[in-house]
Amino acid sequence: METTINPSVDLHRDDTASKIGMWLFIFTEILLFGGLFLVYSVYRFRNPVAFHLAHEELSITMGFINTVILLISSATVAIAITAMQKHNKKLTMMMLGLTLLLALVFLINKYFEWGAKFEHGMYPGSELMANLGHGDMLFFSLYFFMTGLHGVHIIIGMTLLAITLVKVKKGAVHAGKYQLLENSGLYWHLVDLIWIFLFPLFYLIH
Amino acid sequence: MSEEKTHVVSIKTHLLVLFTLIILTIITVLITSIELGPYNTAAAMIIASVKALVVLLYFMHLRFDEPIYRIMFGLVIAIFIAVIIVTFFDYLYR
Repeated sequence: METTINPSVDLHRDDTASKIGMWLFIFTEILLFGGLFLVYSVYRFRNPVAFHLAHEELSITMGFINTVILLISSATVAIAITAMQKHNKKLTMMMLGLTLLLALVFLINKYFEWGAKFEHGMYPGSELMANLGHGDMLFFSLYFFMTGLHGVHIIIGMTLLAITLVKVKKGAVHAGKYQLLENSGLYWHLVDLIWIFLFPLFYLIH
Repeated sequence: MSEEKTHVVSIKTHLLVLFTLIILTIITVLITSIELGPYNTAAAMIIASVKALVVLLYFMHLRFDEPIYRIMFGLVIAIFIAVIIVTFFDYLYR
């Protein structure tokens, strides 16, 4: 009998390593989007007028609403972790569910935003895009690519959070072992972080 | 408990952080709606950086975790800033 070992500590578990691993992955994501932001800055620097005019096509209201939605969803994930640390399983599940709901609303908004552009014939590879001036084309290509890649991250984040929610419900993730919740949470905050920069760059700056 | 060192951030703190972030977003929208010329970009980027920092420190727990995470993050950002500076030197003086 190994009575000296704390029963809540699993020998095959290393929470710090798990979290460092997640952070390392987040760094690669930051540099991925960082590279895209750099491309954006250089093209904007070379085509200031076209970028200014093109940005007016985007709805600030839509962007603002989506920003607030993502900020709230980030807070609900953070609260879910606090609730877990306080052994409040019900609140954790509620907060995760709310986060998923907010993420869905974000995607629906995005659908309408992109849908309106598509209706006007504005989508990657369309005739309208091909006939745009050089600067406008760069702006919209970057807009579709960067918000699209961000959207993919939203879907991945939702998948991670949904898996976490199921595991919390089943009791596989609990107050003594919630690394999955913490790592999915970190990923979700990353999605929020990227949007914090995407919003002013595409919707606001002129 | 195996999680003795874990710092629990209160729900109230999270709500306060959320409130701050939303206020900062409103400020960005208002500031960029007035004509400030080149300062528009600067103001929007500074506020975005402040928001990002708040998310990192509170929501992502960097403020309460061991220093190793802060050091790693600082290094990555330093590399990124170096790349930005080098790129812009190239474009400005070519």
